[in-house]
Amino acid sequence: MIEATTHPTASRVTQLVSSVPRPRDAGAVTVGIGLAVVWTAFQLLNNNFLSARNLSNLVLQIAVLGTLATGMVMVLVLGEIDLSVGAIAGVSAATLAILITNAGVPAAIAILAALLVGAAIGLLHGSIITAFGIPSFIVTLAGLLVWQGVQLALVGDGGEIPIRDPFIRGIASSYIPPALGWVLALVLVTGAAGFRLRRRTRRLRNSLPVATLASETVAIAGIGAFTAAVTWLLNSYFGVPWVLVLVLALVMVCGALMTETPFGRHIYAIGGNREAARRSSIRVRGTTIAVFMIISVIAALAGIIEASRQFSASNALGGGTLQLNAIAAAVIGGTSLFGGRGRVYQAIIGALVVGSVQNGLDLLGQPAAIKNIATGVILVIAVVVDAVGRRRRIARGSTD
Amino acid sequence: MPALTSTDGGRAPSAPGRPGPILQMRHVCKRYGRVAALVDANFSVRAGEIVALVGDNGAGKSTLVKAIAGTHRIDSGEILLGGTHVSIGSPADAASLGIETVYQDLALCDNLDVTANLYLGRERRRQRTPFLDHEVMEQRAADIIRDLAAHLPVLDVPVSALSGGQRQAIAVSRAALWGSKVVLLDEPTAALGVAQTAMVYQLVRRLRDRGLAVVVISHNMADVFAIADRITVLRLGRNAGEFLTSATHPDQVVAAITGSAGLPTGDESP
Ligand SMILES: Nc1ncnc2c1ncn2[C@@H]1O[C@H](COP(=O)(O)OP(=O)(O)OP(=O)(O)O)[C@@H](O)[C@H]1O
Ligand SMILES: [Mg+2]
Repeated sequence: MIEATTHPTASRVTQLVSSVPRPRDAGAVTVGIGLAVVWTAFQLLNNNFLSARNLSNLVLQIAVLGTLATGMVMVLVLGEIDLSVGAIAGVSAATLAILITNAGVPAAIAILAALLVGAAIGLLHGSIITAFGIPSFIVTLAGLLVWQGVQLALVGDGGEIPIRDPFIRGIASSYIPPALGWVLALVLVTGAAGFRLRRRTRRLRNSLPVATLASETVAIAGIGAFTAAVTWLLNSYFGVPWVLVLVLALVMVCGALMTETPFGRHIYAIGGNREAARRSSIRVRGTTIAVFMIISVIAALAGIIEASRQFSASNALGGGTLQLNAIAAAVIGGTSLFGGRGRVYQAIIGALVVGSVQNGLDLLGQPAAIKNIATGVILVIAVVVDAVGRRRRIARGSTD
Repeated sequence: MPALTSTDGGRAPSAPGRPGPILQMRHVCKRYGRVAALVDANFSVRAGEIVALVGDNGAGKSTLVKAIAGTHRIDSGEILLGGTHVSIGSPADAASLGIETVYQDLALCDNLDVTANLYLGRERRRQRTPFLDHEVMEQRAADIIRDLAAHLPVLDVPVSALSGGQRQAIAVSRAALWGSKVVLLDEPTAALGVAQTAMVYQLVRRLRDRGLAVVVISHNMADVFAIADRITVLRLGRNAGEFLTSATHPDQVVAAITGSAGLPTGDESP
């Protein structure tokens, strides 16, 4: 038998190893550095970039992208892809506008209907993929064409349906009063601290290795300082946008779903080794359908946010590069296209990178051509950095 | 949930009374299209016994194991567990009967850590919540790994970072964690070196000592004779001999596998 390590020494080694802060999510560090580089560069080129006004704009600009990227991570981790999210957003927005403007339905019911349309589309995609074993790439590519067609038909000859409902308009253009903003920030930080400390207590109770209280405190202080800085900055303009709260809530719900529930664990398992998941009695088909329903509902939500930003549902909504940028944001955030690897909150940072580049180039008066090229180049850099990092990790003997 | 904590001293039912087989297959047939993989095959294993299932390539060993594991259904014949008829139509059925399988091709998720793999498909939740109970799972995973004396480093690295033997140890540990009656291992050491093979077989013996019925498929006669209590030979989907390891020479088994001699002498099966 190899190496007669007895348990006591083994556990002491384990404790030693885990007391050294390990970068558990190497991907988070990479994308964080990437964001810092982008921000520094644009701030040097134009010192309005990090102004309260511009960052507030940036938040509004990436709300839709971040929403889509959140759902995209879940699909990519599953080992699938969804090429139709932009078109689903378009159909959802058109449904919303028709119900509100043409049929006079109350806003809440129209929103619910738009989300249900998303769920139905996802159910259809997921059912076709699992029933016939067709790659999601093909099914959602067909979906892209079909739903774009449906969107055109719904919007009709006018090219857009205006939305005058004040509630819908307010989703993407209203701000939280500063005092309430601080209250929410406090709730967020207290929640994060409580979560970390409770986890630490539970690990101690089960005599599992934990990080030192000092490093835990530093982490919580870091979260607190960051949240306070963002709140202060946004409050010094119009306040924290409501849509930021909406996106953060979505990220937290999806993040918890992915890492804290059996359902999320099964998504990672299927993306990692589908056959192993099947043999472990995981319901592969059911999970796949559920994930496609979730991303389609998220895409429908993105459509509602975008309609609120534009005050209308146009036949161009959700088109252009939005779909591809959502995939790019997820990948820049460290999500693998081969399944099994990726984190929701990292995708938000990825969306922030993509959004910052576009916003920064806008500030510098660059045309769309340059913005697309820059986004593409950053995507390649992100993938290369990831590949090199992974090869180094394999060489060191710790892959992920 | 099948209880399997560190101390199982009181559970060793196999010793003198020779109880009947815990798992029995009678007159089992299975065809893949025109290939008859199993023809009127019989098989049995007792609690606290290691049975080696041997035979040439294509003899039907994996097919037999898959029938018990619920990945393939049999065409005819019967399966009895503890004396009662059972129908095993899916991996979930097998699992709920206390049958666990270590497949010929590893069934681990490389992107997940050791604990997650041990609990794959059977994640524990915190009481009355939909949330994973990370701590209890990690704690119990550490227990079972220590209990089986599997040499694993930290439990929270993705299993892709582990060696072939360590990964096989996880697969065996998972079977040990959940299998309460029968554990099936299909060529568990095919890709392993000498030391790691010894480690896996050490784990297999511990399973037997816990009172589980263990079925091992192997092509390596030396290994078979080192661990098995009994040997069942399949040839072209049919039974071709039963041997008690202690009363048999390897040449007799090889003769039965290749069909080059008359039928064996040491037939003592029930
Ligand atoms: N999924 C399948 N489809 C069609 N034929 C199959 C399938 N699986 C096995 N067979 C056939 O059934 C027979 C028995 O195969 P099985 O895998 O049980 O053999 P085995 O004893 O496990 O062989 P090995 O030692 O090579 O693993 C072979 O003739 C094989 O070709
Ligand atoms: Mg086989």
